[in-house]
Amino acid sequence: MTVDRGWRIALRTLALAYLALLLLAPVGLVFYRTFEHGVMAVWDSITTPAAISAFWLTIEVTAIAVPLNTIFGVLCALVLARGRFRGKALLDAIIDLPFAISPIVVGLALVLLFGRGGWLGDLPFQVIFSFPGIVLATIFVTLPFVVREVTPVLREIGDEQEQAASTLGADNWQTFWRITLPAIRWGVAYGVILSVARSIGEFGAVSVVSGKISGETETLTLLVEKRFANFDIAGAYAASGLLAVIALTTLVVMTLSNARRDET
Amino acid sequence: MIAARGVTKRFGDFVALDDVSIEIPDGSLTALLGPSGSGKSTLLRIVAGLEQPDEGVVEIHGSDQTRVPPQRREIGFVFQHYAAFKHMTVHDNVAFGLTIRKQPKQRVRARVEELLGIVGLSGYAERYPSQLSGGQRQRMALARALAVEPRVLLLDEPFGALDALVRAELREWLRRLHEEVHVTTVLVTHDQEEAMAIADHLVVMDHGRIEQVGPPREIYDRPANGFVMGFLGPVARLGDRLVRPHDIVVELEPGEDAVEAQVGRVVHLGFEVRVELVLDGQDPVLVQLTRHDAEQLELAHGDIVWVRAPRLAQAAT
Repeated sequence: MTVDRGWRIALRTLALAYLALLLLAPVGLVFYRTFEHGVMAVWDSITTPAAISAFWLTIEVTAIAVPLNTIFGVLCALVLARGRFRGKALLDAIIDLPFAISPIVVGLALVLLFGRGGWLGDLPFQVIFSFPGIVLATIFVTLPFVVREVTPVLREIGDEQEQAASTLGADNWQTFWRITLPAIRWGVAYGVILSVARSIGEFGAVSVVSGKISGETETLTLLVEKRFANFDIAGAYAASGLLAVIALTTLVVMTLSNARRDET
Repeated sequence: MIAARGVTKRFGDFVALDDVSIEIPDGSLTALLGPSGSGKSTLLRIVAGLEQPDEGVVEIHGSDQTRVPPQRREIGFVFQHYAAFKHMTVHDNVAFGLTIRKQPKQRVRARVEELLGIVGLSGYAERYPSQLSGGQRQRMALARALAVEPRVLLLDEPFGALDALVRAELREWLRRLHEEVHVTTVLVTHDQEEAMAIADHLVVMDHGRIEQVGPPREIYDRPANGFVMGFLGPVARLGDRLVRPHDIVVELEPGEDAVEAQVGRVVHLGFEVRVELVLDGQDPVLVQLTRHDAEQLELAHGDIVWVRAPRLAQAAT
């Protein structure tokens, strides 16, 4: 398609304006509002015991949910891309369930399952209104990301390189580490970034199962919401700013650690 | 020797190999030749262990390998689309099998250098496969397969993805390499010219069965049936017999066993002259003459000639 110069510039401007209006403006405003009353005010409001606890809870939940979903996601993608079995289409559809169901329904489902009187309500440790419940909810909502990023990459690269490795004497484990994983690492990295972002930002499902006990089961997003509801607008902005910083840090770290992109 | 005995392989309802038995002599360069869907690639992959036969046995050097995984068959395999490890340099690609076998670094380096020399890629060690041409990638794949000193070298349409010039060049090169290295080599191809040019032993396959086995010349001259004859070269029908167009003798006088024909189109293709002959009650027959013969006969459209086929390269229908 050939588009003349004027049109090209107009289209580009439109796309950038769209991005600026819908993405950059709100995020930028959060930062602007956060620092409106000076750095010290922000520092004070993100170092309250409740904020520190919320920060670490969010990090801990993410540190458990994301690695689990990464391992499961890569395995699942291998099964979907390489396996030949009945019910593959069904498995494929089930993976998308967390995308299809509203997070708040996920939270309610977990309460039904693990809450008092649920099928698994009699476990020796508390799940609902406690740490395990938050982790479970987070795993549930972030499950599809790695699978969905890695499966098409696996299909694209095919299995000839893996076969070649096996004829050269590599066992399945060696083939996975030396051939398959390097070939899919961009898909994995992107899936991890999306999973981390979603884990940090998850609100609906976590809000239902956490019980929102300040200093115990309150994540950063829940803290933002509580402060906002209590008319502590500045505090809400500060916590939001912290969330945004974690997300941006993840993005930058992942990008830098994968910076050496091979020419393939 | 590589042997397959009673090998059958099905993919769903499709029978890829139907009770195939074959022996491939040590040190030979054998071509498995056949149209697509004839089962030749499946047979090669079964020998490699990349596919499991439903029935039958595969032996390499006398030992049963049917249930042995490809990792322990000591084979080298070359794929049509190179299967280069894209994230590794040429050096690391060729070194892969040696690294897996935990060979000392210096030995690996020396061996890789030697192999890159053999395949004409010295100086390319630090490049990535994406920086090589198709022919270079395939030579790298060959070096990679040879690095582990396989008992058997298996090539699946190795030149199929290359353009005609590079293909002819690599073909010659593989032939010479085989004379130097002497590893038993099996090559799958659907190109009869490639098979004839490169192999000292041919296996012609069709519909999951072996049609004929032997030296290329013998198969060309004495095809077992019409399929083999037609697959190995052009065929003309003379009466109820199939003959090679270049074996048909054209004469200006009637003779024993000769049939009368009328000259149709005459096409000059440099050394070769193609003459279309119209025989009574038959489809036109195409005859290939040398330029010399054609000039002596002075054939022109509408001439009456007599044709016969000597008892060479022919198959009953």
